[in-house]
Order: sequence, then structure tokens, then C-alpha cells
Amino acid sequence: MDDFIAARSQMALSLGFHIIFSCIGMVMPFFMAVAHYYWLRTDNIVYKNVTKAWSKGVAIFFATGAVSGTVLSFELGLLWPEFMKHAGPIFGMPFSLEGTAFFIEAIALGFFLYGWDRFNKWFHWFTGVIVGVSGLASGILVVAANAWMNSPAGFDFVNGQYINIDPIEAMFNDAWFSQALHMTIAAFVATGFAVAGVHALMILRGQNVLFHTKSFTIAAIFGCVAAILQPLSGDISAKDVALRQPAKLAAMEAHFHTEKSAPLIVGGIPDEKNKKVDYAIKLPGFLSFLAHGDFESEVTGLDKIPDENQPPVAITHYAFQIMVGMGMAMMLVAILYFLALWKKKNWLTSPWLLKLFVAATPLGFIAVEAGWTVTEVGRQPWIIHNVMRTADAVTPMPGIAYSFYLFSAVYVSLAIIVIFMLYRQIKMVGTLYDKPE
Amino acid sequence: MLYVVITFLWASILLYLLLGGADFGAGIIELFTSRKNKAVTRKTLYGAIGPIWEANHMWLIIAIVILFVGFPVIYSTMSIHLHIPLTIMLLGIIARGTAFTFRHYDAVVDDMQHLYNTIFAISSFLTPLFLGIIAGSAVSGHIDPQADTFLSAYIFSWLHWFSVSVGLFTVAICGFLASVYLIGETNNDQDRLRFAHKAQFFNIAAVICGTLVFIAAYIEHIPLIDWVFGNWVGRIAIISATLSLVWMWSLLYQGKLALLRPLAGFQVTMILLTTTYKHFPNIVILKGGGYLSLLEHSGQEKTMEALALALLIGSVFILPALFYLIYSFQKKPLEHAAKH
Ligand code: HDD
Ligand code: HEM
Ligand code: HEM
Repeated sequence: MDDFIAARSQMALSLGFHIIFSCIGMVMPFFMAVAHYYWLRTDNIVYKNVTKAWSKGVAIFFATGAVSGTVLSFELGLLWPEFMKHAGPIFGMPFSLEGTAFFIEAIALGFFLYGWDRFNKWFHWFTGVIVGVSGLASGILVVAANAWMNSPAGFDFVNGQYINIDPIEAMFNDAWFSQALHMTIAAFVATGFAVAGVHALMILRGQNVLFHTKSFTIAAIFGCVAAILQPLSGDISAKDVALRQPAKLAAMEAHFHTEKSAPLIVGGIPDEKNKKVDYAIKLPGFLSFLAHGDFESEVTGLDKIPDENQPPVAITHYAFQIMVGMGMAMMLVAILYFLALWKKKNWLTSPWLLKLFVAATPLGFIAVEAGWTVTEVGRQPWIIHNVMRTADAVTPMPGIAYSFYLFSAVYVSLAIIVIFMLYRQIKMVGTLYDKPE
Repeated sequence: MLYVVITFLWASILLYLLLGGADFGAGIIELFTSRKNKAVTRKTLYGAIGPIWEANHMWLIIAIVILFVGFPVIYSTMSIHLHIPLTIMLLGIIARGTAFTFRHYDAVVDDMQHLYNTIFAISSFLTPLFLGIIAGSAVSGHIDPQADTFLSAYIFSWLHWFSVSVGLFTVAICGFLASVYLIGETNNDQDRLRFAHKAQFFNIAAVICGTLVFIAAYIEHIPLIDWVFGNWVGRIAIISATLSLVWMWSLLYQGKLALLRPLAGFQVTMILLTTTYKHFPNIVILKGGGYLSLLEHSGQEKTMEALALALLIGSVFILPALFYLIYSFQKKPLEHAAKH
């Protein structure tokens, strides 16, 4: 394996791994806070059990998220030293603020996990909320750093020199808001559907039904509200990308030729050599509408982008289709669920709705991974859009392939252990958290 | 503002050494404890660091962020030439952090515990060993930006007697800090005596490894003696550290435990002070006498201002919360934590 490809793969692997844990770390505290709130308010012991069972899971995820994040902060330098040498001082502001957010999160988690029956109960509840708020803040900050790579700001690039650095301007670059909004909602969608799916399965199996129903309801409501908002925020992102990174948009849509009232391509197999898409459904004018809000407007195609600046089309296109497909599917499930809540109460207890949720368990996380693939692969060949090429940023050290194999092995084993432990947690609910009285 | 950032960098390295170090040390003690006493060690350890262990490791993140935002050239040079030890250290961090959590949160207690414990103890040893190797390599003058072979650029930059002995010294320090820390956490004479013996063991180990460091420095022409004894700050620090060590042992034998921890912390602080004072602001010394300096290789002014501000604002939030956390769990230690 070529060192450059190995470095990219290792980065993608580490981030793709970390993102799962960080989504959960950002969102679960809010689920717990709701359950915890109901416990304090209603004295219904089931809510306490739910809170405690979830907090065990969160501790496991938190630790894994924290170590994989620590690895990332070193990997930026280990794999991309030339990038960090120049980018560090410019896009470092969100990272330095993030340090504070992490710290507060770690402290609040200490209070929350170990604080049962030792503090004022509302103080204890509040520390749980702080875990969530600071987790969200760190997510938003790190995404702002990534947005800077898509939409560089806060410096002047003159003769290969980075001058007039302004880290605050860099943090509030043009892409930060749309990306941060979309990512935050994505975390709620993904975690909500994953957690709801697991509890739905347990309800179907008839184990600790009350316990699992309460957990399911909290997770499903969060996930479904977010699933309905997500396509709206995706639309904001798409319009933003059309403006900032026409090459990325063209790759997402496999849009080879610049044209007016461009069609939206659904599905299909992009043929990069002959610059066409086979077997696709085309909705005339819709791409123009999505990108610029006007059915007639012109959308830049890949023909306007010099060959050496074009991102890989197929991967970006497939990834985008997957994300949108998952998004639509989850939105549908969400609509059905709200219909059930408001009008068709009898659906709530019928197995088909629960089965739908079980089927949707992984969709959110698949969409998250696909979305990041769109963002990252679609930015290629740039590491800093239009400023520095990824190939120029990579470490000179040879043999990165071995490091990639090593980290792959470690992450695969970790994933297996985490799944195994989660399985045990769920299996033990009846004995540990929801004991028959 | 530059000096504010440098102070934070130094302080976070020190705090990581003290708090993270005690934490690593607890795992190292497990490695050196006979099987029948392991359980007690583990329980005392958990009661002592459970709530704060996550926070202890945040100091490393703070230090690394300061380095890559404020001193990007230093960060990227170290990342390139110390790639291998950094990677091993990272693997240690992954293994240790996850094993620590898994063993306490696994819903079923069975043979898996044995696996978690083994991984925890071994990685508790490896991680500080490689942290020490990295620190030793930075100042050893073995990093060669002009190197043209794989071995000289990526292996001999860190694999030599001096850095390995610094690594071992770091391990001994961690074990020492943890033993002293745990003495204060025990509630009976027998356990207290056991940890006092451990402290003694690691104290002797630290002296031996420290001697090794000096010998290796001498062989490899590293002017360590001059750094430590060639100036008043170094001499005073070393003398006061030694005196405080003697004082600490006499207090321990009189059974007075209150001052043990501050004294051990003081000794480690003095060691870090002597080893960094003389060649400040140069934190990386290259082959051929070149160096990377905190003063000359810092980011542009606006970056340093923003970074300093972020750190100052951050500490307003972090420090009180952290003290309150430590205070609360000191006042009322965890007893039945595992049951919850
Ligand atoms: C649950 C996850 C999820 C779902 C259902 C969607 N997305 Fe998404 N999307 C993400 C999760 C995500 C993400 C992982 O969070 C990304 C990667 C980078 C980012 O900021 O968000 C992303 C990126 C991303 C981008 C690229 C942004 C950039 O590079 O700056 C666009 C244009 C869209 N999305 C558009 C959509 C549309 C039109 C959707 C319609 C259903 C959609 N997304 C659903
Ligand atoms: C957690 C979500 C993320 C995922 C899943 C992700 C995924 C990826 C992928 C797939 C690549 C390889 C792209 C290619 O080489 O074709 C990549 C590269 C990279 N990403 Fe991300 N990314 C994420 C977030 C971030 C963030 C937040 C940052 C920085 C702040 C970042 C920085 C980088 C860098 C420096 C590279 C290497 C250069 C490159 O190949 O573009 N990523 N990432
Ligand atoms: C889109 C990408 C990312 C998101 C949304 C994200 C979010 C988060 C969140 C919410 C946490 C808290 C841990 C938890 O609750 O499990 C976390 C941990 C961490 N992340 Fe990320 N992160 C991303 C990418 C990165 C990158 C690129 C880096 C490194 C430069 C990084 C470094 C860290 C570190 C060091 C931690 C550990 C902090 C702790 O102990 O709490 N993250 N991340």
C-alpha cells in the first residue's frame, strides 16, 4: 500500500471510529437528563433504572471516545505534519476552546457518574446536563475547524506564506454554521434511532417491557424530531456547498456538464471516463433548484474544473446518495411515529412499528459516515480548499501502511469488545437495573 | 501573552506528570504486586481515582493543543521524527483507558476481568515509558532533520540509552507518586505498610534509574550535569528536593501522613524545574547543536493572544470545578461505588 493512501485511510478510519462515540457522547446525556428529570419529578423507579442503565453505557462510550479523540489530536501531526505546521495557528482557536469543553465534560461526568446519593439531587441532575452541553460545544467547535478546511478564512496566502492570521475570523468561516448545524442534528438522529432500535427489539422480545418502553419513547422522540429537521438543514448545506465548493457539489451529484435547469440525478452509476451517469432517474430542473433555489439557474459541472482539481466522483456520489436515502427513510419512519402519537395510538403497541424501528437501528450512523465521506472525499485533492494539496501535507516517514494495519487491528478489536460489553449490559437489564420486586 | 502560553504549557506538562503520573503509577503498582494483594490495590485505586481519572488525562490534550496551535514547527518536527514512540504511546493510551473503564463497567464479572487487568497493568507501564522516551529524545540532540536513512531519521532519533533511561526514570517516578498517593487512601495499618514499602521500592528504583540517566548522558555527550548543577536554580531545586525526601520518610515513619503528598509533588516539580530551566526556551535540541525554541518558533502574535485568552478563560471555568470535584470525593470517599 502506498504511504499516502495509507495515511488517508488511517485518518479516515480513526475519524470514522471516533465520530460514532462522539455522537453518542454528545446526545446520550440529554436522553439521560430527561429520564432523570422524570425520576426526580414522578418518583417512578423505572426512570431511575433507565438513567442508571444508560449511564453505564455512556461511561463505556465516553472512555472509548476520549481515547480515540486523544489519538486524533496526535494523528493530525503524525500523518499531516506539513498541514499542521501552517494550519495549526490558524484553525487552532476552536481546538483550544474545545480543550476547555472537554475538561468541563470530564469533570461533570465525574460528578454525574459517581454522584448518586451524595449531592443535592438537582445539582446532580444539572451536572448531567452540563455533560451534554459541553459535549455539544466540543462537537460544534471541532466541526468549525473542519469547516475551515472547506472554506479557509482568517489569513492571506501570499507567495506560499500564510500572513495576517486572524484565528477568530478563521473559526467563524463561511461554512461553520451550516456544517455545525447539520452535524449536531445528525448526532441526534443517529443516536436517537440507534438507541430506539435496541429498545424496540427488547420490547418485541417481551423483556422488561415497561423499562424498555420508557427508554424507547425518549430516544424515539428525540431521534424523530431531528430526523424531520435534518433534510431541511441538509438543504442549507447543499446550497452552501454549491456556493463555496462547486467541484464538491458536482461530484456529489455526478454532474459532469455545466448547464441551465440542471436535472437532479437519483441513483445511477457514474461513468467517469465517458462523463455520464448510467441507469439514473433524472428530475429536470431540480438540481438547479436545490443548489440555487431557482429551477432555471446554471449549475457548474465538472467540465469547468481542471482535471487535477477534481474529486473522486463515484465515491462522493454514492456516499451522497446513501446519506440522502437514509435521511428520507428515517424521515418517513419519523412521520409515521408522530402520526401514531397523535392520531393512531393503537399503532404504538403494534409490532410492525417497532419492527420498523429495529430495522432503522443502523441507518443514522450509516448516514453520518456517508456524510463525512461526502465532505472529506469531496474536498479532495485539497486538504485546505484551494490552498494546500493533501499530497503535499503527508508525513515524509515511509511505512505508514504498517501503522494503518496496526490501528485497523486495534480499532476492530475495540469495536468488538464494545459491542460485546453493550450486549452484556442489555442482557443484564433484568438483573441489574430492572429487578422484579 | 507568549509567556502566558508558555506558563500554561509547562503547568499542564507538570500536572500531567503529577496527576496522570500517579494514575499510571497505580497500574504499575498492580504489575509489581503479588497476586493475592492485587485486589486490595485495585479497590484502593478505584476509590481514589475513579471520579477524576478522566480529568487527569485532559492535561495531555491541553499540552498537545498548546503545542500545535502555538508552536506548530515544534509539534510537526516532533511528530515526524518521533513518529514511532508517539504511536506506541498512543496505543498504550488506548489500551489503558479502555481497559480501566471496561473492567469497572462490564455488567458481568467473569474471566474477561483477567484480560482487562493484564492489559491495564502492561499499558500502565508502557505509556509512561514511552512518554519519558519522547521527552528524553526531545532534548538529547539525536533528532536529525538532515538525516537521509530510515534508521537515522526515525529510529535513532529516539532509540538510545539516554532516552530509554529517562523513560525508565519516568516509570519509577510514576510508581513512587502513586504509592505515596495511595498511602493516604488506606484505612488500615497493614495496607498502609504495604504501600509504604512500595513507595520505598520505587524510590530506590528512581535513584537507580536517575543514575542511569546521568551515566547515559555522559556516554552520549549530553551536558546533563551542567543543566542540573551548573546554575543556582538547579542546585537549589535538587538540594530542596533531596531534603524534602528525607523529611518525607521521617514523617512516614512517625505515621504523620498529611504532608506526604505535597512533599512528593514538590519533589517531582523540582525535578521538572531543574531539567527544563537551563535550556529554556529550547525544548527540542537537534543534532549538530540546532534547537527549536519556544520564543523563536511560536505562532504569530494574534494567534498567541487568542490562545492565551482561551486558556485564561478556560481556567476560570475548569479550576474551581476541578477543585470542587476533588474536594467532594476527598471529603467522602467512594465506598460502594461498584454497587451503583
Ligand atoms: C444522520 C445523519 C445525516 C442525514 C440523515 C443527512 N446528513 Fe447530510 N451530512 C451528515 C449527516 C447526515 C454529516 C455526517 O453530519 C455531515 C458531514 C459533514 C457535516 O457537516 O455533516 C453531512 C454533510 C452533508 C453535506 C456536505 C456539507 C459540506 O461538505 O460542507 C451536504 C450537502 C448534506 N449533508 C446534505 C444532506 C441532505 C440534502 C440530506 C437529506 C436528507 C442529508 N444531508 C441527510
Ligand atoms: C468525524 C468525522 C470525520 C470523518 C468520518 C472524516 C472522514 C475522513 C475521510 C474519509 C478522509 C479521507 C479522505 C480522502 O483521503 O479521500 C479524511 C481525511 C481528513 N480529515 Fe476528515 N473526517 C471527519 C472529520 C474531520 C475533522 C473534524 C477534521 C479536522 C478538524 C478532519 C481532518 C481531516 C484531515 C486532516 C484529513 C486528511 C486529508 C484528506 O485526506 O483530506 N476530518 N477524513
Ligand atoms: C466531526 C468530528 C468530531 C466530533 C463531532 C467530535 C466530538 C467529540 C465529542 C463530543 C467528544 C467528547 C467525548 C465523548 O463524549 O465521547 C470528543 C472527544 C474528543 N475528541 Fe472529538 N470530535 C470530532 C473529531 C475530532 C478530531 C478531528 C479531534 C482531534 C484533533 C478530536 C479530538 C478529541 C479528543 C482529544 C477527545 C477526548 C476528550 C475527552 O476526554 O473528553 N475530535 N469529540
